[in-house]
Amino acid sequence: MNDLIRWTASRTAAAIASGEVSAVEVTRAHLDRIGAVDEKVHAFLHVDAEGALAAAERVDAKRAAGEELGPLAGVPLALKDVFTTRGVPTTCGSKMLQGWIPPYDATVTRRLKDADVVILGKTNMDEFAMGSSTENSAYGPTGNPWDLARIPGGSGGGSAAALAAFEAPLAIGTDTGGSIRQPAAVTGTVGVKPTYGGVSRYGLVAFSSSLDQGGPCARTVLDTALLHEAIAGHDPMDSTSIDAPVPPVVEAARAGDVRGLRVGVVKEFGGEGYQAGVEQRFHEAVELLSSLGAEVVEVSCPSFTSALPAYYLIAPSECSSNLARFDAMKYGLRVGDDGTRSAEEVTALTRAAGFGPEVKRRIILGTYALSSGYYDAYYGQAQKVRTLIARDFAAAYERVDVLVSPTTPTTAFPIGERADDPMAMYLADLCTIPSNLAGNAAMSLPCGLAPEDNLPVGLQIIAPAMADDRLYRVGAAVEAAFVDRWGHPLLDEAPAL
Amino acid sequence: MPGITREEVAHLARLSRLELTDEEIDHFAGQLDVILGAVARVGEVAADDIPPTSHPLPLTNVMRPDEVRESLGTEQALAGAPAAEQQRFRVPRILGEE
Repeated sequence: MNDLIRWTASRTAAAIASGEVSAVEVTRAHLDRIGAVDEKVHAFLHVDAEGALAAAERVDAKRAAGEELGPLAGVPLALKDVFTTRGVPTTCGSKMLQGWIPPYDATVTRRLKDADVVILGKTNMDEFAMGSSTENSAYGPTGNPWDLARIPGGSGGGSAAALAAFEAPLAIGTDTGGSIRQPAAVTGTVGVKPTYGGVSRYGLVAFSSSLDQGGPCARTVLDTALLHEAIAGHDPMDSTSIDAPVPPVVEAARAGDVRGLRVGVVKEFGGEGYQAGVEQRFHEAVELLSSLGAEVVEVSCPSFTSALPAYYLIAPSECSSNLARFDAMKYGLRVGDDGTRSAEEVTALTRAAGFGPEVKRRIILGTYALSSGYYDAYYGQAQKVRTLIARDFAAAYERVDVLVSPTTPTTAFPIGERADDPMAMYLADLCTIPSNLAGNAAMSLPCGLAPEDNLPVGLQIIAPAMADDRLYRVGAAVEAAFVDRWGHPLLDEAPAL
Repeated sequence: MPGITREEVAHLARLSRLELTDEEIDHFAGQLDVILGAVARVGEVAADDIPPTSHPLPLTNVMRPDEVRESLGTEQALAGAPAAEQQRFRVPRILGEE
């Protein structure tokens, strides 16, 4: 029974639907696994065993009553702690929200429950999703299951680590500058940032509203597609939610074909700062695409070199505004309310005590970029760069169907290595950020281990907005060819925990 | 682009309602100087005639029909508050003593 934690989500769902196993058995196996390894990995901030078992019992009861089960019914999932969960703590990895129990469910949470997915608990993350390593969590870092002394990526490191440690076959992340794809790349898992507006942000605690996008994480492309379909679609509670049909992602993942497809390699993603093994595996993936029948061409997107600076002005600006809600009055922490201090003083003391250094740094940077005299030079100019990046994408898509790149310039780095060097840390999102600025869809999937350190390398596929299905069509073909070449999924090579 | 001084950081912290220690101000001033040096590159992109993009989607306000619906009860809404009294959020004093 132990090996059922290694099953894919689709296999687990089929086994539950056929009665081969019960949803309760599946849930117990994953809770046992969490009990056995999470002390080392620290993927979870909160495990809701009681809620998970109750949800699994409902699935078993439905099956017993002859009700038809959905495609992911009874499958366990790890939910990033940035989504509100009614009655279950939500902290965003911050002391500011320690002990906060939301009175409502995020739309993503509600859709997961409606799909009979079993939510195991809430996963660790960089505080308010700010970071590329999950070292900025107020509750301590998560370890990368490939090497526990290394980062699992960020900000969704807990979600990615839960998948790679076989604590859950499905997870949810959010991607503001790469926080789904970068953790997927460094843990050997699959992560997708859907088109901006494709998955509701209602109940997702906002970091940078024009960039944040929730999305699916799993160990296979098909599982990711099944989860994508379960959470996507228009939501009247979110004014930025796209009112259009969800692209046929599951169908595309089942089809998996790149013959005749035009694939663009972005010239600007490469060169200095890229680890040799990452480049090597990426070039092999491009050759593989070519051998599978895709037409590969080089495209140039000159504005991408300005994406990182533009991002590190826009995201902090929006964060400084969004995090103003943490004022010690309506919810969360309150510090210094001794009857002698004013509301303003209590707010300042509370925010000083509740926020960690990365969040404070970004709030101050954002306040600076939005302040009189600097607004045009920084924030305004960054918004113009954003237009140029969108134009570069549009021009590239006239020539090709999808773009590809390494997901990250390096493999997972040791915990602590970049902790005091923000610019070095920010480079981890070099290849992922342009898609957030333009709002298009992107995926990361494993393309091998870097020869120098035997750690996973991610291949990024980028598709135009509302063409998310192309990611899955290409991703499934690449995945099948790689698994065929390796003789097994990449995660089989991860050390035992 | 100009660098950032520790006085500016202290001023920005006040604007942001963040009570920072002297040590934090020194630390952030050094780091923000490096970050601003790196992000100032956006100013070198010739984009005088380029319209800014604030959002990847064209935004329109969304209205729902004006119908009475169930909402959170007072108790639920106050459940996460640091302090509540008489069915309201209890806040520290807002007006000065004079």
